[in-house]
Amino acid sequence: MSDPLLAVSDLVVDFQTRAGNARVLDHITLSVNEGEILGIVGESGCGKSMTALSIMGLIPDPPGKITSGSIKLSGQELVGMGVDDLCKIRGKDIGMIFQEPMTSLNPVFTVGEQIAESVRLHEGVSAKAAQARAVDMLEAVEIPEAAARANAYPYQLSGGMRQRVMIAMALACRPRVLIADEPTTALDTTVQAQIFDLLQNLQDEMGTAIIMITHDMGAIAELADNVAVMYAGSIVEMGKVDNVLSHPDHTYTKGLIACVPHLSSSPGPVRERLMEIEGVVPALTDLGKGCAFAPRCNAVLPRCSSDKPVLLATQENHLAACWAAEAEMAE
Amino acid sequence: MSDQNIALTVKNLKVHFGGKKNIFGRKSNTVHAVDGVSFEVPAGTTFGIVGESGSGKSTTALAIMRLVHITHGEVTLRDTALSALEGETLRDARSRFQIVFQDPYSSLNPRKRAGALVREPLDLMNIGTPQEREAKVAELFRQVGLRPEQRVLFPHQFSGGQRQRLGLARALSTRPELIVCDEPVSALDVAIQAQILNLMGDLQKKLGLTYLFISHDLGVVQHICDTVAVMYLGQIVELADRVSLFTNPRHPYTRALLGAVPSVYGKKRDRRNRVRLQGDPPSPINLPKGCRFASRCPVAEQQCKEAPPMLETHSDGHKVACFLSGHELSQ
Repeated sequence: MSDPLLAVSDLVVDFQTRAGNARVLDHITLSVNEGEILGIVGESGCGKSMTALSIMGLIPDPPGKITSGSIKLSGQELVGMGVDDLCKIRGKDIGMIFQEPMTSLNPVFTVGEQIAESVRLHEGVSAKAAQARAVDMLEAVEIPEAAARANAYPYQLSGGMRQRVMIAMALACRPRVLIADEPTTALDTTVQAQIFDLLQNLQDEMGTAIIMITHDMGAIAELADNVAVMYAGSIVEMGKVDNVLSHPDHTYTKGLIACVPHLSSSPGPVRERLMEIEGVVPALTDLGKGCAFAPRCNAVLPRCSSDKPVLLATQENHLAACWAAEAEMAE
Repeated sequence: MSDQNIALTVKNLKVHFGGKKNIFGRKSNTVHAVDGVSFEVPAGTTFGIVGESGSGKSTTALAIMRLVHITHGEVTLRDTALSALEGETLRDARSRFQIVFQDPYSSLNPRKRAGALVREPLDLMNIGTPQEREAKVAELFRQVGLRPEQRVLFPHQFSGGQRQRLGLARALSTRPELIVCDEPVSALDVAIQAQILNLMGDLQKKLGLTYLFISHDLGVVQHICDTVAVMYLGQIVELADRVSLFTNPRHPYTRALLGAVPSVYGKKRDRRNRVRLQGDPPSPINLPKGCRFASRCPVAEQQCKEAPPMLETHSDGHKVACFLSGHELSQ
């Protein structure tokens, strides 16, 4: 089997804080192949965005630091690479879409100029050719009257349009990997559906690998091929989307799926209570030595407070880091 | 019909912004934020309003709270016409209707201790003696699942979910007849969202509360509401009880909204077969003369563009504003 397009292995990221050392990523291993969509889910503070920032080489240093591990893009090591070299890769080979399209576009440049900028920088083409590419990209993301809209400023566009511009910008240099950090959280569901269709279509055309970060399990179910569930800086469950969502092994994944009120086309007359995950995500500075989820878990074993569970294959193509799941398997 | 059980009545509510002459004598554009909304909320139930951003759902909530100017129409709480109150009488009546805001981070004064924040409405409304107020605050803390000792903490020492509990305690303090909840859980993580939704349900059962619940999340609305109104561009397009609306949505907009929600039980391939809404809603300044949804409607006919449909009540009490809801759509 050939190497995956992007492979993150044993990545550890530490942040020095006043309260002590916070391990925001704890031995993260994941990979994504060409034409694949990997979803990363979890609550806020679980390390989803940190994973994205590490891949982009955007961890603020200090206070953050990649302590160990490697990130390889088709075999090329990104950890420890100089800023100049990284700049050649960022925006060219790896594109990123941020959550907030309002704040991540520059308000004083037209959207066309902003898309053309990365094309000019990475491909060294003339300003005119870059502008033409910008218009093409705006067409590709289905913005009506693309040529006219290229001269619009971000404030003249709606939220959905701005997110399309962000996508056009990220895809302008035809990156091999696209990282989308909560790309639709700020948008209405109808617009979200449009953006998902768009991502899917563009992926079919360009074969881009997408890492999609979200807290919405439904979005994962309908868009991703594989999913990694993160909790307190670690991956706690990983596998094929269909399998993880229909047969979750980790209690946290089960809770995440059950605590969301699911829209049903035949609701019963009685309102049921939602399942709760008690408590909150722990502070990363005092995680203890056992399973980080143990204080909130409803299937906790004696072993959970003393040993940190490791990712084990519980089903085919399906890993979970949970002693309870392992014990169940052993039976 | 016994009016006794109706907590809130809204009749033909309109909120328009602008339209005034500026100092140059030029008339500014009028934004029709809420344009003729009528509904009733029976006591002890939850009435939900859903819609995309810009549909006027939050403005409706603010108008009921008397926090924006009401251009036209009546808002009646029990037998008091809130829309007619002014000055001191309005201020006195405010203890009877309270609001829980979306963002628990910005809606609590960071310089006040939690106990003082919850006691504030009691102080302002002169309810009970100072000793009684302290006891009341302790009771409110327990009711919303906080410990009375936490009264001395500042808002920043609480997590997002706990802050929303404080917001609820504040709203509950004056024993209001109506609590308006404007997207109370949309800023929270899914696990915390479930805790707050369950708490709201429990409090309603125990104290017989009446909620007006504003949300864009159809799953949440389906979970918590008894009656649901769907708004589009300042008007209610469909209004029905929870079971009827979700099992048999009749307005094409409602159907599109429901279809846009990704489901955990959905499959990647299902997604592409759904009807997609294209584009954004038209501007609330230059409204079309026909049905406001006609420009995005997948089934619109000529008559839809010529005159606006009225909100009509079907035999089962389900209200829809669509010319085509009777026949074509009921396949």
